[in-house]
Amino acid sequence: MNQPTDNHWPLTEALESRESIRLAKSYGLFVNGQFIRSSGSKKYWTINPANEKRLSRITESTPKDVDRAVRAARNCYEKHWSRMKPSERGKYIYRIARLIQEQSRELAILETLDGGKPIRESRDIDIPLAAAHFFYYAGWADKLKYAFPNRNPRPLGVAAQVIPWNFPLLMAAWKIAPALACGNTVVLKPAETTSLTALKLAEIIQQADLPAGAVNIITGHGPVGQSLIQHPDVDKIAFTGSTHVGKSIQTALATSGKRSTLELGGKAANIIFADAPIDQAVEGVVNGIYFNQGHVCCAGSRLFVEESVYDQVIEKIKDRIDTLRVGEPLDKNTDIGAINSKKQLAIIDQYIELGTAEGAHLYQPDCPLPDSGFWCLPTMFTDVSQSNRISREEIFGPVLAVQTFRTVAEVIKKANNTRYGLSAGVWTNKGSKIFNMTSQLKAGVIWANTYNQFDPASPFGGYKESGFGREGGLHGLAAYLALK
Amino acid sequence: MKPRIRPSYSPPIDQVGVVQRANRFTNRSIKGDAKMQGLKMVLSMIDLTTLEGMDTPGKVRQLCTKALHLHDQVANLPHVAAVCVYPNFVALAKQKLAGTEVKVASVATAFPSGHSSLELKLAEVQYALESGADEIDMVISRGRFHSGDFNYVFDEISAVKEACGSTRLKVILETGELGTFDKVRHASDLAMEAGADFIKTSTGKIKPAATMPVTLVMLQAIRDYHRRTGRQVGMKPAGGISKSKLALHYLVMVQETLGTAWLDNHWFRFGASSLANDVLMQIVKQQTGQYQSADHFSVD
Repeated sequence: MNQPTDNHWPLTEALESRESIRLAKSYGLFVNGQFIRSSGSKKYWTINPANEKRLSRITESTPKDVDRAVRAARNCYEKHWSRMKPSERGKYIYRIARLIQEQSRELAILETLDGGKPIRESRDIDIPLAAAHFFYYAGWADKLKYAFPNRNPRPLGVAAQVIPWNFPLLMAAWKIAPALACGNTVVLKPAETTSLTALKLAEIIQQADLPAGAVNIITGHGPVGQSLIQHPDVDKIAFTGSTHVGKSIQTALATSGKRSTLELGGKAANIIFADAPIDQAVEGVVNGIYFNQGHVCCAGSRLFVEESVYDQVIEKIKDRIDTLRVGEPLDKNTDIGAINSKKQLAIIDQYIELGTAEGAHLYQPDCPLPDSGFWCLPTMFTDVSQSNRISREEIFGPVLAVQTFRTVAEVIKKANNTRYGLSAGVWTNKGSKIFNMTSQLKAGVIWANTYNQFDPASPFGGYKESGFGREGGLHGLAAYLALK
Repeated sequence: MKPRIRPSYSPPIDQVGVVQRANRFTNRSIKGDAKMQGLKMVLSMIDLTTLEGMDTPGKVRQLCTKALHLHDQVANLPHVAAVCVYPNFVALAKQKLAGTEVKVASVATAFPSGHSSLELKLAEVQYALESGADEIDMVISRGRFHSGDFNYVFDEISAVKEACGSTRLKVILETGELGTFDKVRHASDLAMEAGADFIKTSTGKIKPAATMPVTLVMLQAIRDYHRRTGRQVGMKPAGGISKSKLALHYLVMVQETLGTAWLDNHWFRFGASSLANDVLMQIVKQQTGQYQSADHFSVD
């Protein structure tokens, strides 16, 4: 139905201008309120995954740098931040939120340049939500005793936070805002491929005039995160990333007495019943898996469709996939941007090959891709079985695996038959069915007749190998407090 | 008990999801060549409308002139698709538009309320056809629809379509009176099954008139019907679309929901009275780089 005719109306490319961004050729580390040089000399390039062009040079921190950052955080914690009047802390956090709003355009462009996500998403989702998190937790700073009555909430100390590359600034906000509101100080390590917005956030923290050392940002690869987490003087670990790394963190933390929250992988079930609003369900499925190129831990990567509406649903998903525009992330009309890194693209491509080898049926749209950069077409596998690896392992890319079911009991069993348990989606017009499903699905977040809705007031986190602890809302505060 | 038909192919509609999807079309950025092409397409899809108690031959004559001469200062502009008038002005409009491609559409069937007998409605349709109408815009009986008498509504549309013969029939659902998207979807399916050539949102007399979400529900019904039967049905949002930017967003919605086969005034129309001038203003701005005041464009 979407074949070009004489009436074809192609949308002209509408590029967001890069003129408003200020990008340094090279970045140091943000420690004790200052940008400093590393004790070592190693730097590496961060690139634009949409064209592989170099953007800026990022510092690879040494263990000595890590120690320096943790000591700065400790010093600030003891002398200033934990002793500060809570309403004063709130004032600083509100200031960060306002500065993010003021500089949202620049932050959105940088997020898109460095990470490959479409400007539509960084502009409308990532940056506004990051600001919303700071606003939300700023409000809690002087109300902790009301949040936890008779439990004498106290801060934990220095929080070591390691975040992933899929939502760089937003994840920094999820981590930093509640930590600061509760009176902790922070050492944060962004992912190596997406450090730019975290470093911009460091500039914002400088502009907000926070006490030196309240937030420290160090950059580099995996080993930097490892030495941060293992540093003896950190009190709390917050990690978002792969289940593989999460497990090694758990091992390393055994007997250390450090508190931790881990938000890891997922393989969410999105379930369409025959009585669902089909067109809206299809839209939710498409946004659930292709949002941010599928680089979303709660992505709805397993689709379960009641068999009686299967043909109709598949046809509609194909139609919708055909209208998705893949390409230059800075184009305001782009729906799907670039894959974050060469490494991740190789993983996704391997799974696409595997899916075909496993006998599943592949569907991809006929859409031209740019010559350079890392790209993956939105992909749907039908004829998938519960025992296929593409329906069991997290792919972290725009790849949907579709299965059918007949009864409620069957789909609950299949949906829960996974080592993960982060999120799920249910599509039905029947309220009682929704409540029945939500009480039986083992997932931290369940959406009904919608998907991928985020709000600072709503807790987020998983079951089983998707991790433990909750971020967001009141629950997110508890992760950064000692309670009686 | 009244007989009830609730066709099983009308799926439930989630209001929140429809609004979200409709909003997403407004994020498309339409610039440069695409904008110019889109604006001209909008002009060519307009049903230039006057449906007032105080309509006079003078007013209808002016409207017909506007339909043919949107803004002669700019070369190569399309003319609108049709003028839309009450039945008693059809003959006059036909005479003014003789020898041109601009069609004359006539409202009928006790427009806008639809409260009358079937005999009188068919007589009115007959009168419009005999006066030379190229298209008939009928209203459904919303009272009957709300009371659950779907058979009546269905039969009435069928009877009007039969009276029209090969003349194209637009069926106005008056979505502002239907209340829910579920009912809009049901009425859309019912109208198409009964023979509608076009389904149309509104009379323009009730608020809300056309909105993007309600139009999306109807476009999805058209797409599903086309897939089921192979018959292509047109769409006409009417009322409330007076800015070119909004009209372009409607076209994006049509292209991404139905495909480009519907991007043509044979399959898609805007029922509007003031949209044309805003589009003209944008076209002149695209050509000269400057906005002209509203008084540079004819108002009739």
